[in-house]
Amino acid sequence: MTAAVANANGGPSKLTSYLADETRFAHIDKVLDRRGPWTDERFVGGKETKDFLRTQSKILVIGAGGLGCEILQNLALSGFNNIHVIDMDTIDISNLNRQFLFREADVGKSKALCAAEFVMKRVPGVKVTAYHGKIQDHPQSFYAQFNIVVAGLDSISARRWINATLVQMAQEDEENLKPLIDGGFKGQARVILPTVTSCYECSIDMLTPPTAFPICTIANTPRLPEHCIEWASVLEWPKVFKDKKLDTDDPDHIEWLYRQASARAAQFKIEGVTWALTQGVVKNIIPAIASTNAIIAASCCNEALKIATACAPFLNNYMMYVGNDSVYTYTFEHEKRPECPVCGGESLTADVGRDWTLERFIDSLIARQDLQISRPSLSTSRGALYWPSPPDVHEATKPNLEKLLVDLLIEDDGITVLDPALPVSLSITVNFL
Amino acid sequence: MLALLPTTAYLHPINTVTLSHRRHRPQLWSVKKNEEAAAKKKPKMTAAQLRVQKDLTELELPSTMTTQFPDLADVLNFTLTITPDEGIYKGGVFKFTFAINANYPHEPPKVRCVQKIYHPNLDLEGNVCLNILREDWKPVLNLSSVMIGIQYLFLEPNPDDPLNKDAAEDLRRNREAFIQNVKTSMRGGSVRGETFDRVLQA
Repeated sequence: MTAAVANANGGPSKLTSYLADETRFAHIDKVLDRRGPWTDERFVGGKETKDFLRTQSKILVIGAGGLGCEILQNLALSGFNNIHVIDMDTIDISNLNRQFLFREADVGKSKALCAAEFVMKRVPGVKVTAYHGKIQDHPQSFYAQFNIVVAGLDSISARRWINATLVQMAQEDEENLKPLIDGGFKGQARVILPTVTSCYECSIDMLTPPTAFPICTIANTPRLPEHCIEWASVLEWPKVFKDKKLDTDDPDHIEWLYRQASARAAQFKIEGVTWALTQGVVKNIIPAIASTNAIIAASCCNEALKIATACAPFLNNYMMYVGNDSVYTYTFEHEKRPECPVCGGESLTADVGRDWTLERFIDSLIARQDLQISRPSLSTSRGALYWPSPPDVHEATKPNLEKLLVDLLIEDDGITVLDPALPVSLSITVNFL
Repeated sequence: MLALLPTTAYLHPINTVTLSHRRHRPQLWSVKKNEEAAAKKKPKMTAAQLRVQKDLTELELPSTMTTQFPDLADVLNFTLTITPDEGIYKGGVFKFTFAINANYPHEPPKVRCVQKIYHPNLDLEGNVCLNILREDWKPVLNLSSVMIGIQYLFLEPNPDDPLNKDAAEDLRRNREAFIQNVKTSMRGGSVRGETFDRVLQA
């Protein structure tokens, strides 16, 4: 790496003097050396603040795509010197128009690795560590090493996962509270302080469900090219390939769908079925706009800098940008949802005798004045422990009532309780006496 | 600043957020908590699992519908059996698989009929044409809405949104003949050259 950097900058001595030059961050130093009108009283400023930003802080970027490229660039130029990036994707030719850290020769290579290499070459002194893989494959201990997590993701499930993971980490140990800055290419930037502010799951009902066409339209009266593509993927694929799962990343699968959809479109005299549209419909690709990416990434990195240095109050907690007809932004505080399945709910510890049956335990819950529940259902992460309904689950879990609680639980198992009278879920940690 | 100040010091606007949040809590929630111990171990149930538990335990199924869970450790996959007690499909036993993914309730459950039946709104592969299973799904809907919706298809088959065009045409043209076709198909007979599964109650 040193060699590459040295070459790119015309020799080691030039590099050394560049790195030693304290004025290279002069633009950022303006806000780190002095206070502003809204600077928090705990702001230290000067060398201490800059040292933390440039030598101690460790930041994780999730996603090295449209938003990720912008985020990595901004962070590196803001003075974050220890950046980690994770992405499971490889570079596609269609990415090159906006994902500016990649070149044509990179097509097919790992986004995380290429992006890291490019940033390190271009911004001397920055260390970018790349991980090519799924965020879900890393344990909590991996995420615990970072000070801040910035996410530039395009998938709801990945966002829900990282959000739930960071919330759980903060619940288990306050020291593990990692601010999550979430950028969305449709124009949202938000700061999530797990367990403190509203989390991603709190706002899940604000999302529009993915577009779906009536299945009878697809089957009988297609009018749009999308109808023909959905016909191929929803109806024809399972009919022809039975249990073989459609892999939307497999070009052969897309090719098959494209051919089927084209034939059907011809039959109904519909125009516009293309390979790209086929891929777009089955992968639910929403067109990304380069300027939106740049604006959202800038906002995210601005927040990261403010959180890391306390040089200004950070976003509380949701900014949306709409660029369709003009330049419009709106910032508001999204409120925490008490019944949120990830950050909401209540937790308590119950002292239980080793001779207690599950039934006795449930009776003790019902007897609690502070809970006011009457028909609780109990689960562990391994499934239903006792549910009063539906009837077959009741029948199957009834025998557990007689069993000793100590035998039903595996070490560290928590019990989740829901009850029609309870607006939130209740997590119980059992403490055997 | 992260490392130099006590943990929450750098999170300046938080204190106000937390306080206002607490103020709005109902008195009920002043549950005496041993916060440290309770917080240490939270069961790792996913948001989808929690929602499914809520949906299922609050179901109030009529006597015409039952659920079957092949594996209690996996409540995201189960079967629904419908035995209509009135209408054209009375006397039949219809089975549907429910497959719920981790994105529930953002995405609807995937529902499929396991039998080959003669019905205007079901195709021969078991696909179901019910608006709330696709274009009209909303996260505020739940498993109960879906189950009631499917049962309704047996009480009021809808010839206007057909998946099985032949069946829909039969229903539109001649309701009596359609009813005879349903009876034949439910016995395991053939209609228009297509043999259906026997679904009659034992």
